[in-house]
Amino acid sequence: MTVTLRLRDKDYEVRAGMTVRDALLQIGIEPDSVLPTRQGELITEDEILMEGEHIRLVSVISGGSLPLHHLALRIRR
Amino acid sequence: MKCRKCADKAVINMRQHKLALCGPHFLDWIPDQTLRFIEKYRMFSADSRILVAVSGGKDSLGLWDVLGRLGFQADGLYIGLGIDGGTGYSAESQRKCEAFAEAHGLHLIVVDVAEVEGATIPTAASLTNRGKGKPCSVCGLTKRHVMNRVARDGGYDVLATGHNLDDEVAVLFGNTLNWAAGYLARQGPVLEGRDGLARKVKPFCRLYERETAAYALVRGIEYIYDECPHAVGATSIYYKETLNRMEADRPGMKLSFYLAFLRARQEGLFAEVSGGTTANMQACPTCGQPTTAPGQCAFCRTWDAVRARQRVSV
Repeated sequence: MTVTLRLRDKDYEVRAGMTVRDALLQIGIEPDSVLPTRQGELITEDEILMEGEHIRLVSVISGGSLPLHHLALRIRR
Repeated sequence: MKCRKCADKAVINMRQHKLALCGPHFLDWIPDQTLRFIEKYRMFSADSRILVAVSGGKDSLGLWDVLGRLGFQADGLYIGLGIDGGTGYSAESQRKCEAFAEAHGLHLIVVDVAEVEGATIPTAASLTNRGKGKPCSVCGLTKRHVMNRVARDGGYDVLATGHNLDDEVAVLFGNTLNWAAGYLARQGPVLEGRDGLARKVKPFCRLYERETAAYALVRGIEYIYDECPHAVGATSIYYKETLNRMEADRPGMKLSFYLAFLRARQEGLFAEVSGGTTANMQACPTCGQPTTAPGQCAFCRTWDAVRARQRVSV
């Protein structure tokens, strides 16, 4: 089973059991650039993702959150 | 992660402050911080008449909300720019502002640029050389003019905008890269009013954009999620994303960059250029607003040219 993260109109799938932060790093989104919500409630990045759930990511910058390759900068893990 | 104040489940972790808070404590923290900045930078007092420029976005509506919760008397100003971009951007942002004002019993002033000046911003931009086809230059010029006019004519003591720390740091970063000393000299939480220019303040200037976005979400403020369609790919967004990469490695970097700049400015680093740009102000013969131009101000020149070209094309 996977977890779905949705940012704007794009879905990303990750494994359940990892933290929100690790999931964001895995799909190439800087954790501080989004606010993760679970069932409409804000959650912190240390939350463990559960099987089958949908996490909505709200971009902090209006109109922002470019994929990382646009910036060619790395993320420290 | 637990709230530092009550040990309930936290909804936000602010690494730059080493502070995690639950929803209720976060909703108290934002107005507390805002009030601290209003007082620290002497922005306005309890009996000031405040005009808040609202766009329908999270920052301006969040600021209007916070000022109301703090007990300040603040009216809103929405400027209808006539931007559609395939999403009805202006219409939707106006609806958000009107709904917020109605829900909170607040007074909203709406100025429709097409009604007052004769053309929408995209149309005006297409009829002038200013901005080289991009509407942002005409838009900024028009918004500054209208905000100043409404603040001055309405007898407001101060014009408040929702600029957050990320906005301020992105501008600072750009001006530093270009060594734009004149702009650096004027940047700060307060821009003093003079000679017909309204006093401008930025009560959110030390709040991270992540914090203002979280405030809007936790508070349940309905804001327009999308940025203006013309801002997509803007340099300011690129700067923000770049600064966020640096912040990820060094939490607090953006705040310390801004505060170090304010200290340097206060210590006179830009003193030599600070008087130069406003020293030779005179009243525009058409609208009466102050300008450094020898004749008409840039706003009147631009819009007169737009109207003239509209007449030719009819």
